[in-house]
Amino acid sequence: MAENDYKIITENLVLQYSDGTESLKNITLNIPRHAISVLFGPAGGGKSTYLRVLNRLNDLASVNEMSGRAILFTKDGQPLNLLHPDIDITALRRRVGMVFARPVVLPMSIKENLTYGLQVAGERNRSRLNQAVERSLTQAALWDEVKDRLDDPAVDLSGGQQQRLCIARSLALEPEVLLLDEPTSGLDPISTGKVEASLQELKKDYTIILVPHSVQQAARTADYAAFFLQGELVEYAVGHEMFTKPKNQRTADYIEGRFG
Amino acid sequence: MSTRKSPQRRKRTQQIGFFMLRMVAIIAVLPIIAIMAYIVYQGASALSWEFITGYPSDGMRSGGIWPAIVGTFFLTMLCAIVVTPLGIGAAIYLSEYAPDNRWTQSIRIAIINLAGIPSVVYGLFGLGLFVIFLNFGISILAGALTLAIMTLPVIITTTEEALRAVPQSFRVVSTSVGATQWQTIRRIVLPQALPGILTGVILGLERAAGETAPILFTAAVFFLPRLPSSILDPTMALPYHLYVISTQVPGMEPQIQYGTALVLLIFVLGLNLLATVIRSRARARRQW
Repeated sequence: MAENDYKIITENLVLQYSDGTESLKNITLNIPRHAISVLFGPAGGGKSTYLRVLNRLNDLASVNEMSGRAILFTKDGQPLNLLHPDIDITALRRRVGMVFARPVVLPMSIKENLTYGLQVAGERNRSRLNQAVERSLTQAALWDEVKDRLDDPAVDLSGGQQQRLCIARSLALEPEVLLLDEPTSGLDPISTGKVEASLQELKKDYTIILVPHSVQQAARTADYAAFFLQGELVEYAVGHEMFTKPKNQRTADYIEGRFG
Repeated sequence: MSTRKSPQRRKRTQQIGFFMLRMVAIIAVLPIIAIMAYIVYQGASALSWEFITGYPSDGMRSGGIWPAIVGTFFLTMLCAIVVTPLGIGAAIYLSEYAPDNRWTQSIRIAIINLAGIPSVVYGLFGLGLFVIFLNFGISILAGALTLAIMTLPVIITTTEEALRAVPQSFRVVSTSVGATQWQTIRRIVLPQALPGILTGVILGLERAAGETAPILFTAAVFFLPRLPSSILDPTMALPYHLYVISTQVPGMEPQIQYGTALVLLIFVLGLNLLATVIRSRARARRQW
């Protein structure tokens, strides 16, 4: 495959935080379009750090060293150097949406949570904003539950609904990539199921990178899977191969629960 | 075991403990109740429409205190106009933008020390800088600026606390949907912190309204037969008026003194009440 058949390519990516915590050691990993790529492994392995390179949320932290290549191919096929210091970061963050482990709804109404990202980008057109609200809520499988109370405070929603609202908030910006960092870690199994089901729908239109909260979730959702261990990428394979016949002994040990 | 006590004894110890704590709490509120009761008792009879809206006469021994009320109002308002943007701006810088280095640490230490300077020293400083050097003369402007400098650390500190109380996760989320740092501050952080900021501003102004020493050399005069017509005019002011009629005027009727104190107390406690209302309403609405 040529490079730009992928959505994101990273090559020899090295990152070291100033305080010496979690780092990335020479990560070479290509993320295919319209699929769910799962990054799994024990805590502190670099999964979240890798995600945060892709939308430059690492800029909020103090980073000692960052080198290698990280390129995102936009939907018009343009390569975007993610490590470039002068990149338009707010535009990048609209391209690459992020959902966090704990659902954090902004202290405003359901609807305002969804329009916030568009409004800070300068969108004023009311009907376009309303369309984005309905579309994103439908995509996140939340529309039917909240369509009659869009002006209620978002905190009134249940935990599972809040997390789907957070997903919808990213989708409202029509991103190209959706990063999810343990999005279901605080949710009950039913809510988790709803989120996973909507991800299966979303991958038709988006490139999804998911850090799952368990190996089981990784196995359930992965089209492609990458095993991260202490900042290294140990193994990268098609999902069902990874979880049925892993090539690396450390991957096998982790999947079978011998450490972690 | 010798240290183990019976349930009855433990319960008894707890009752004694709670009783003592309750007593301590009552002792803590006694002075404020006593002060208010005493001043109301002594001063309430002086309060009348004429006392509030009239001018002093007969060498302060009768008449009203209207010029002093107006003066304190103007001083407090002008102080608010100057200090609010300065204090909030500085707090936003320190809380949201400033890197944690030696330079900002020394700014912080300076602010803390500013809060510890005795108010009479501010008065003297205001006299030197505003009245004499900048040639504002004894004026509302000089007094309000002096009060503003004195209030500044209070407002910076409380605003910073209010900003820091806004969860960091809101900032991360706002950033992650493409908002700039300034958009995040203006649209998320400031609205959430606003009640706390207002409370701090009002508490700072309350202190400014009641202070005598900073306006002693910079704004206040013994007696003015008319209201000030510009901010470059000197003015009468409630705390200074109270000081004057309590120490400088022989044969003063105590009820006029206490009446003046009562008006000052109502002014200051009114501000305090406003701050409390803002805070409790915001707390009821808060979503985090």
